[in-house]
Parts: sequence; structure tokens; C-alpha cells
Amino acid sequence: MSALLNVAGLNAWYGESHILHGVDLHVNEGEMICILGRNGMGKTTTLRSIMGILRKRTGTITFAGSDMMTMPLHKTARAGLGFVPEERGIFASLSVQENLMLPPVVAKGGMSVDEIYALFPNLHERRNSPGTKLSGGEQQMLAMARILRTGARCLLLDEPTEGLAPVIIQNIGTVLGELKKRGMTVVLVEQNFRFASKVADRFYLMDHGQMVAEFPVGDLPANMDMLNRELGV
Amino acid sequence: MTMIFGVPMAALMGQLLIGLINGSFYALLSLGLAVIFGLLRVINFAHGAQYMLGAFVALLLLTWTGVNYWIALILAPLIVGTFGALVERTMLSRLYKLDHLYGLLFTFGLALTIEGTFRYFFGSSGQPYPTPPALAGGVNLGFMFLPIYRGWVIVASLAVCIAVWLLIEKTKLGSYLRAATENPVLVQSFGVNVPLLLTLTYALGASLAAFAGVLAAPIYQVSPLMGTNIIIVVFAVVVVGGMGSILGAIVTGYLLGIAEGLTKVFYPEASNTVIFVIMAIVLILRPAGLFGKDV
Amino acid sequence: MSHSDATAAPAPAAVQGATRIKAVILLAMLGFLLLVPMFLYPIFLMKILCFALFAAGFNLLLGYTGLLSFGHAAFFGGGAYFTAHAVKVWGLSPELGILVGVIGAAGLGLIMGLIAIRRQGIYFAMITLALSQMFFFFCLQAAFTNGEDGIQSVPRGIFLGVLDLSNQINMYYFVLGVFLLGILAIWRIINSPFGMILKSIRENEARATSLGYTVARYKLAAFVMSAAIAGLAGSVKSLVFQFATLTDVAWQMSGEVILMTLLGGIGTLIGPVIGAGLVVTLQNYLATSPLPVTVITGVVFMVCVLLFRRGLVGEFYASRIGRRLGFKSDS
Repeated sequence: MSALLNVAGLNAWYGESHILHGVDLHVNEGEMICILGRNGMGKTTTLRSIMGILRKRTGTITFAGSDMMTMPLHKTARAGLGFVPEERGIFASLSVQENLMLPPVVAKGGMSVDEIYALFPNLHERRNSPGTKLSGGEQQMLAMARILRTGARCLLLDEPTEGLAPVIIQNIGTVLGELKKRGMTVVLVEQNFRFASKVADRFYLMDHGQMVAEFPVGDLPANMDMLNRELGV
Repeated sequence: MTMIFGVPMAALMGQLLIGLINGSFYALLSLGLAVIFGLLRVINFAHGAQYMLGAFVALLLLTWTGVNYWIALILAPLIVGTFGALVERTMLSRLYKLDHLYGLLFTFGLALTIEGTFRYFFGSSGQPYPTPPALAGGVNLGFMFLPIYRGWVIVASLAVCIAVWLLIEKTKLGSYLRAATENPVLVQSFGVNVPLLLTLTYALGASLAAFAGVLAAPIYQVSPLMGTNIIIVVFAVVVVGGMGSILGAIVTGYLLGIAEGLTKVFYPEASNTVIFVIMAIVLILRPAGLFGKDV
Repeated sequence: MSHSDATAAPAPAAVQGATRIKAVILLAMLGFLLLVPMFLYPIFLMKILCFALFAAGFNLLLGYTGLLSFGHAAFFGGGAYFTAHAVKVWGLSPELGILVGVIGAAGLGLIMGLIAIRRQGIYFAMITLALSQMFFFFCLQAAFTNGEDGIQSVPRGIFLGVLDLSNQINMYYFVLGVFLLGILAIWRIINSPFGMILKSIRENEARATSLGYTVARYKLAAFVMSAAIAGLAGSVKSLVFQFATLTDVAWQMSGEVILMTLLGGIGTLIGPVIGAGLVVTLQNYLATSPLPVTVITGVVFMVCVLLFRRGLVGEFYASRIGRRLGFKSDS
């Protein structure tokens, strides 16, 4: 029970359809885990349930000792969870700078605006343009940057590399490496396990709303055949 | 006497002034409607009733407790805003997940109830509210006589409209508001108390209506029915402007007020309907409204 | 799971039961309507029938097409004005006068509909409200409506040259006949292929479009039909009360018809009729009290929206008893 984030027997529903069938996972402080799986297996749903965006759920979720099941949505961020959605969620009516400053700071230890602009020089250049005028890669950077400012302890990151050019993916890899050095805990959802293998400490494989395999990054070569089969690459 | 298009200059200017004053009320009211609609997706039918409440609170403060106009101008919006917050918290907030038409129907019922209650206690006839002494009298502008109070109404409404616009476009709170208009769930997941934001927004809209009501009290009679007729016109204003932009709501309000004033000069028979006619034309040519983005 | 399955899909026997119950209720109501003028004031009953028809016509649009019009008073009041004028000034017979009222209301519906269907949802509601307010001002200023006075002492005339409508009982059965024909027409419309398309537009407009239906044209057709029925109700009302006034075209009237439909049950055939009966009765009781009716109607509005969105009939259909009898809650 020393893990920072503990999920046990998590079930979740979208309307009438039952998506998660008893998800179990844990993440230790400072660890970076990666959830692999094909589309529609429940990866995004798992993140949205942990964050509390999806409220139709049963089971237990504890984070840093707090029960997250009963916590209202606007308090989960204050508990230290930060969420970067797959669609990035950049606001069109806000400038880049306003987007960056939008999430309230929830704890000490977040990056300062100067540090963020040093890490993402593009965002500094374009700080006054509307958020959605950025390229896909820049929007992804902005979506991550604004959570880093808040001092969140654990980042829930949904498919950050989706639809991006290889050079941008490399950039994102660098940023994740930087976060790891700073001791940030990360739950990463990815389809691209070659990318994930460079940053993650441990993997979960998800299938039909359950975790079907779990192994540390060192065992990746041994699991390669199984992953290729499961992910249909 | 100077004539413009066969109309005496003074008459033209007089109607233009009346148009600008009506436009001030249209702008304040459509601004409140647009702010509420932007975040809550509710068309606040009770907006007219809240305008009437503002005027009545000012009148009752004066007759029962002797509170003067200037204090009422602050106090009445606060009281009506608090009432709005209570309504939102206890009832309106239950309807957000449903079809938006239910919000319209609920606030329609609320408007009927409030107006009926005031008719029961105060009758349907209007009661005068004295012009504050500091704003009594008028100035001769050379081409026309300008009652000071009317000039004040224009200045005050313009100032409040600009202040609200700045609040929404330039402040942190405003950025929460704009972001929550786009994606309330994500903003809430950032740790912003969005339900509270919704309550405050409804209260802000209601207090804007009440502010307009206090401004209107010395010009029009204070009557339980003063809100219903104006709110239907303001709906047309909102359709013309499009709900998309705050600035659009303000500008359209003034423009249509002036258009109405000019119609009184050149074709008085149509002055009641000109805004509706403009609405129909705009809908045919540009269904999203002058400033609207959605179709 | 199995429990909810059992309640979700009623057994064939139950469906048959529902049909039988509906038939029995229908016959009982018909008998009641035929006999009731012996016990109650015919004028009061005729008022209920007129408003019931008005609400049923309104529901054709709200309940079966999903469009909330806030301007149906224009058609109700317009029908009343046109008929009153045709009968009183032109000297037409009641049947022709009503025809003029219905055609006039349908024409008005066509014009308003063409403008209003350019926007959806809440905007549609606001636009219809604004357009009907415009018609209100037209009626206030036009010469033929006599402004604030309205058209007074409209003769009821002799129906088809044989039935003297100035006799209260004759008039009642005439109104009942019109009412039944109107309800039958609505029933035919909603159960026709056209009605099915309307319902599919209500459920999912985008899908109806993708299936190749010209959604705008169907909406407009439904709007005009609904306006025509509202006009019919207003026409008959002007003959019953022998006047047409601004009250009939005022926005409060549009609100009342929404309330009747909401209270009875949006999207049910019988709901608006029951809602109209309740609202008219309520108004009758409160007519002499100092409390303005709007206080009560406003509260009923809020309570309906907060707690009984299906309306009385809809809630009954969705209740355990209703479901066991085989009624579907979403029909």
C-alpha cells in the first residue's frame, strides 16, 4: 500500500455500455508506467475514471492516501492529479499564455513560467496568439506545460504522440525524460510502445476493460512477440 | 430651423436620443442574457422579471427605508443577484444535463410567478420613481435639450458594458469563464469549481438586469409588467447579434435602439415592429446573426 | 438484469391489454363528452375543447417534431380574428368563416415557419416568440381588428344552413365535432409515414438528413399543419365566445398552450387534452380570486419542468402500473 496511486476492481460505464471490468493497477512515487492496448480496450476510460471525469464507476481509487471515489471533480486536481487529454483540450478563445496560466496552482514544486518557456521556446514565441492557432505538436506541448505549472504530483497523459511527426515525438520524449529526473509520477497511455519503452519503467497491457499483463521495462524483449500479437502491429 | 431629410433637426436628435437610451437598456439586458447563455446554455426568460425586480427593489428601498438612488444602484443588483444565485443553486442547476429548452421553460415559469406575485401586491399600474436631485434638470446642446438623467443612463450603461467586457476578456476570472464555455468538464478537472462559477455567472447576469432596472426606474414607471415587453424585444436583439460574442450583444443592442428611434421619426407606425422586421431580414440573409459563429 | 428486461419489453398480452384499455377509455371519454353538457355549462366545456384542440395541434410540433414554438398565439389569435372578420363583416356562413380562419392561420404559419426554421432549438423558440409579438403589434394597429376593442358580437350563424348555432347545445355538439375531427387528423398525421419521418427528425436530425430527407421541408410542413390546427381552434373559439381580441394573440397565450402540453404530457395524444382541461378549470376557479392566475401557472410550470417532465399522462405511461398495462413511456 506504499504506492502513490492505487486502483482496485475498477468498473466504469459510458451510459449503458460497461467499459471497464475490474481494472487493477498501482503506481509508485516517481515511477512512470505505460498502459498499452488496442483502440477501444478502455485505456482512455481508465484515465478518465481515475481523474473523476467519468463518474459512473465502482471499485476503489486511492491517491496519496485520499479516497478519490467520493471526491468532487474540482478537488481531484487539488489532491495532486493532473490530466492531459487525448484531444489536448486547448481553448480557442484563450491566448497561449492564458491557456498556460489557466489551471490553478495546487501545490508548491511546479515549474515556473520561465522554466516552462525555457523548456518549450515555441510557446514563448507564440504566447499571444489564440491557443488553437498552434500546430498539433505545439498544442500537445502546451497541454503538458500547463499541468507542469500547477505542481501536480502525478500526470495522467493520454496518447501524447498521436498524429505527430517523428521529430516532435522525440521532443516529447525529451520532456518526459526531464520530468522523470524531477521525480514526477506519470501514467502514460500509448499505442506506440517503441516510444514508451524509452521512458517507461513498467508496462500494463489492457484488453477488453482489464489489465491482462504487467512487466517491467527490462522484460520488454521477452514480451515482444506477445505484444506484437496483442497490438496487431 | 435646421431640417434633415425633411425632418426638423431637434425632432431627429430627440428621437435619436430616445433610441440611444432604449439601446442602452437593450445592450445591458442582451449582455446579461449572452453571459448567462454562454456558460449555462440557458436562455433566461426571467431576465425581464429580474429587470423589473431591480426597479422595484430600488423603489421599495426608497419608500420603506429612505435609501437613496445611488445606494440602490449598488444594493438592488446585489439583492437580485443573490436571489438569482439561490434560484440557480436550488433549481436551475438540476436542468443542465437535459435539453436546453427545459431551462427556457423553467425560467419562463419563474418569470410568470415573480410578475404575478408583484401584481398581487402592487397592482398593475406604474409608480413613479423620482429622478435623483443631482441628475435633475437638463442642458441645452444648441440643437436640442438634453435631460441630464438621460445622458447619465447612456454613460452608466456604456461604462458597465465596457467593465463587463473587460472582466470577461482581460481577467483571470474571465479566462475561467471563457474556457468553461468551451469545455466545462476539463476546466473543472483543472481544479476550478465550475458549479460555483455557473452560480456566479447567473448571479452576474441577474444583477446586470437589476442594474438596468434601477437605471430605468426614473425614466419609465415602475410596474410589474415593465419587464415582459422589453424582454421579447431583447430576444430579437440577441437573435440579430448572435449569441456568440459579448461585444456583439452590446453593439447590436445600441444599434437596434437607434434604428428604433429613427423609425419613430420617419415611419412611426412601424416603430414597435422594426426590430422584429430587422430580425427576420437578418435571419434570411445571415441565419447565425451579425456576430454569430455557429449556424 | 432479467428484471429490467421484463419491464423494458412488455409481453404481447400486455400490449394487447393496453390497446384494449385505450379503446375502453376512448369510448368512455366519447360517452362522457356526449353527455356532459347535461351537467356542466356548455360554454365552459366548449372553452376546454377549443384549448384542447389548440394544445393538441401545438403538440404535433413540440411532441412529434421536437420544435418548441413560443409563438402559437399568433395562429390561434389569427384564426380567431380572420373568422370573426369573415363572419361579421363579409357575412360568411360559419363553415366558410372557419375555413378562412384555418387558411389564414396556415398562411401565417408558412411565413413564420420559413423564417424560424432557419435556426434550431432555443433560437427557434425565441424567433417564433419575436415573430408572434410582431403579429401582435400588427393586430394592435391594423384597422380590421379594432385595436384594443377587438371584434365584438360575432354572429354564430347557421351551420350548413340547417343547424342554428345560437342554440348553446347545438353549438356544443358542433364544437365537439370539430374537436374530434381535429384530433382524428392529428392521429392520422402522427401515424402516417410522414409522422414517422417527423419523429425521426425529433430523435436525430442529423441522421434524418443523412438518410436523404429534406429535413427543413418536413419541419415546415409540420409547422404549417400545427399552425392550421391552432387556427382552427382559434376560429371556433371566436364563434363560441362571439369575439376576437388581443388576448388571443398575446405571448401569454403561447405560454399557456405550452403549459397545457407540458402538464398533460409532451408527445402523447391525450396529454394536451387533459392538460388543457386542467388549466382551463384552474383559470375558471381563480378568475374571481385576487391572486393573478400567472402565479399559479408559473409555479406549475416550474414544478413540471423540475419534477414531472413527462407530464401527467406520460408519467402514468412510465409508471409501474402503466408499464404493466403495456403502455410505452416514449410514445
